[in-house]
Amino acid sequence: MLNNITLGQYYPVDSPVHRLDPRVKILLAIAMIVCVFLVGNLLGYGLILVFVLFAARLAHVPFRVLMKGLKPLRFILILTFLLNLFFTVGEPLWSLGFIHITREGLRQSIHYSLRLIFLVVSTSLLTLTTSPIQLSDGMELLLSPLKIIHFPAHELAMMMSIALRFIPTLLEETDKIMKAQMARGADFESGNLLNRAKAMIPLLVPLFVSAFRRASDLAMAMEARCYHGGENRTRLRVLKLKKGDLYACLLMALLIIAVIVEARLVPGGLIL
Amino acid sequence: MSITLDHVSYVYSQGSAFERPALTDICLTIEDGEFVALVGHTGCGKSTLVQHLNGLLRPSSGRVIVDGEDINAEHADRRQLRQKVGLVFQYPEYQLFEETVAKDIAFGPRNQGLDPDEIDRRVRLAMEMVHLDYQKYAERSPFELSGGQMRRVAIAGVLAMQPKVLVLDEPAAGLDPRGRDRILGMIKEMHETRGVTIVMVSHSMDDIASLATRLIVMRRGTIAATGTPREMFQQTALMEEAGLGVPACARLCHALREKGIDIPADLYTQEEMVAAILSRWKEGGHHAE
Ligand SMILES: Nc1ncnc2c1ncn2[C@@H]1O[C@H](COP(=O)(O)OP(=O)(O)OP(=O)(O)O)[C@@H](O)[C@H]1O
Ligand SMILES: [Mg+2]
Repeated sequence: MLNNITLGQYYPVDSPVHRLDPRVKILLAIAMIVCVFLVGNLLGYGLILVFVLFAARLAHVPFRVLMKGLKPLRFILILTFLLNLFFTVGEPLWSLGFIHITREGLRQSIHYSLRLIFLVVSTSLLTLTTSPIQLSDGMELLLSPLKIIHFPAHELAMMMSIALRFIPTLLEETDKIMKAQMARGADFESGNLLNRAKAMIPLLVPLFVSAFRRASDLAMAMEARCYHGGENRTRLRVLKLKKGDLYACLLMALLIIAVIVEARLVPGGLIL
Repeated sequence: MSITLDHVSYVYSQGSAFERPALTDICLTIEDGEFVALVGHTGCGKSTLVQHLNGLLRPSSGRVIVDGEDINAEHADRRQLRQKVGLVFQYPEYQLFEETVAKDIAFGPRNQGLDPDEIDRRVRLAMEMVHLDYQKYAERSPFELSGGQMRRVAIAGVLAMQPKVLVLDEPAAGLDPRGRDRILGMIKEMHETRGVTIVMVSHSMDDIASLATRLIVMRRGTIAATGTPREMFQQTALMEEAGLGVPACARLCHALREKGIDIPADLYTQEEMVAAILSRWKEGGHHAE
């Protein structure tokens, strides 16, 4: 049934990385993505790998958990690799009948696959170490300069936090209603597609009823406490930059410089 | 038909970072015809325990034996089991979904594969048992009823399956005194006139005092003590340690005895208390102070 559902990917341990300011972490993740695109050759990826492993180690996130984010992408990865390998024109390395593998093809397929892997892993590192609520807080603050052009940063973040807040509640509720109907002999697991769809009615109706009830209760409770978005709101958790944030930024700057310098010094085609 | 829990343990989200043991090594037998009250501080695992009784949760270790059969064995018939052990969840009114009260109550019997006449008969019977007038309520939408009425409809939905054991998780929670008395009276009737075995989770010691034949006190996922209400309510210290009180009358009895007034130590119902105090008072009249 619905056991073992954890919200997002958040890996709840305490570590220096978890304690970083979410704004900083979001920016660092973006920097990391840029960095991945700056890499020119395998040595560059090596640098990034070292950085990622170091960060994961510091965050107490096991390698296995870090790699879990790649699992849903395995087909895309394989496809990217194969398409680039077989369909890039250039200097042939090896051919069998109509299949040609070129130097450029090999280079590109390795390049793109690694790029994809590091993109996923570095964003995973963000979502693994930052709770969804912190993420939406960070997003709001980062987007708040856009309020000048009437971009509803606060409202968006509020909707996101509320949605996130209620996902576990709804899951719990689903589990409860499912069990209650199973106690009355409902069967959610067998039968053909039509029967199964029909079997969902006793689950969905109470779920919707309660979701709407909750939504209206919440809206009422917020109104009753004079909630109005945006302007002049203070926050419960005030985000403050700390020393750790500075060190993290310095490390990232170091990585970017290293990657750029390396790409200059070692010409693209040299290592592979 | 008896239910036995044999060294049952249960851990929520086993194997994840959110692992949380809820039951540890529970051994327990519920005999035919008993009225068992399950009590304990909030979060001690009562709801978790009752969901094991009809196989909605599988123990992480240990066995649940109903009618001599391990219900989690490979070949066990879940549907048959849920027919024998009916479970009414906490706040069951949130599980209603049909257009009419009658249809909702018929959901269980329909899943049992009964024929329409039998279903109709059972719906009428179940509504009678929860004191809802068939003529008046059968065709109403369950969503336009009051909270207490909705709860009775939900309970009727389980009764219509005619279980031999009825398990109720806080059936009176959040009801006004009248609604509470109605529900409890109905449960008592089920036990006394129809011989249904009852397992009831409750927070109200006063309710339990007048109903249960046996009390099971839980504390942090284990069974702290079990015995008749009379035995348990004398052990004020033990009950308090489990985060529970004793019925108001048992407290009064305790307090009076501490003041040196000679009444029996094991009183806990209102009637007993009144009788004891009256007889003491009459005696006191003879000694005349
Ligand atoms: N779905 C779940 N996932 C994880 N932990 C849970 C879940 N349901 C209950 N628990 C935990 O298991 C423990 C026992 O919960 P349970 O619901 O059985 O308590 P209870 O005795 O029924 O409490 P109450 O009197 O408040 O209803 C609690 O500590 C609770 O936090
Ligand atoms: Mg409970």
